[in-house]
Amino acid sequence: MSIKDQKFFRILAVTLLAMSVTMTAAQADDDDRDEKYGGKYSGKYGGENRGKPLLPAQTNAKFQQECSSCHIAYAPGLLPAKSWRRMMAGLDQHFGSDASLDAEDSREITAFLVKNASNRWSAPTAPLRISESAWFKRQHDAHEINPAVWKNPKVKSPANCSACHPQAERGDFNEHDIRMPR
Amino acid sequence: MFHLFRASGLALVAVAGLAAQPAFAETPGEIQASIQQEAAGTPGFQEFSAARGESLFKSKHANDWSCASCHTDNPAAPGKHAKTGKVIDPLAPSANAGRFTSPKKVAKWFKRNCNDVLDRVCTPQEKGDVLAYLLTVKK
Repeated sequence: MSIKDQKFFRILAVTLLAMSVTMTAAQADDDDRDEKYGGKYSGKYGGENRGKPLLPAQTNAKFQQECSSCHIAYAPGLLPAKSWRRMMAGLDQHFGSDASLDAEDSREITAFLVKNASNRWSAPTAPLRISESAWFKRQHDAHEINPAVWKNPKVKSPANCSACHPQAERGDFNEHDIRMPR
Repeated sequence: MFHLFRASGLALVAVAGLAAQPAFAETPGEIQASIQQEAAGTPGFQEFSAARGESLFKSKHANDWSCASCHTDNPAAPGKHAKTGKVIDPLAPSANAGRFTSPKKVAKWFKRNCNDVLDRVCTPQEKGDVLAYLLTVKK
C-alpha cells in the first residue's frame, strides 16, 4: 500500500467514525430486543407478563421528541398496533387538537409504535384510549383507587399517568412506585 | 483509475453524511424574511404590524382557544397546555433562544395552532404579524 493510499484510508476512517457518532443516537435499532428481554422481564409487570418492556430499551428519538410535546410520550406497549396506525392516521384531529406531523416523521414514528405495540391486547376496534382496555379498567376501578383521587386537580384526567406513576415516561408502571398526590 | 474511484467514494461518503444532518438552524430574523417574501406576493399585503399580531395572539377566533390560552398573555413567560397542563417553554425569542430557528418546527406549529385557534391555516400576513409581535416582547 502506498503512502497516498494509507493516507486515504486514514481520512476515510476518520470520516466514517465522525459520522457514526452523529448517527447512532437517531438511527440505532434493536433487533435483538426480544432475545435480550425475554427472560429478564417476564413477571416484572405483575399479572401482565408481557415478556417485554412497554418501552423498548432502544427507543426512537423522533418518537420521544414529537410525542412528548403536549403530554408524556405514552409507551408503544400500551396500545395494540391497529390503534397506533389509526392514531397516527388521524393526528390532525388528535383528542380535540391538531397534532399533525410531516409525512416522513409520521412514517418513522408509526413504524416504531407498531413494531413495539402491545403483544397482549388485541382489539379489532382499534381503541385510541389506553384507559379503554379491560386491564386498565381493572387496575383503576373503585376497589383499587378511591374515586376522590380522580377529582384531585393534580390528577385531572386518567391520561395524566405521571400524576401517580412517577416513572410513566420510561414505560414503568410498577405498582410499588405509585405515589398518589395529596 | 483507482484515484478517481476513491476520490468519488470519499465525496459520496461526505455527501451522505451531510444529508443525515438536521436542517441548518436559522435566526428569527431570517424566518421573518422568508415569511415576508411569501406575504409580499399576496394581494393586500401590508407591512408587518406587531400591534395586529398582538391582537390576533390574544383574542379568540373560531374556537375556545386563543394563542394566549396556552402561551399566556405574556409570551416571555412559560405557558401551560390548556388541556394536558404540560408546561410550555416561553415563545418569545428574547426569553427562549431556540424559538423561530427551525423552519420545519415553525411550519409544524403554525399549521397545528392556527387550525386549533382559527379553524384554518394562517395567511403569511398573519404569521408575519404574530412573529413581529413576538419579536417586540422583552424578557
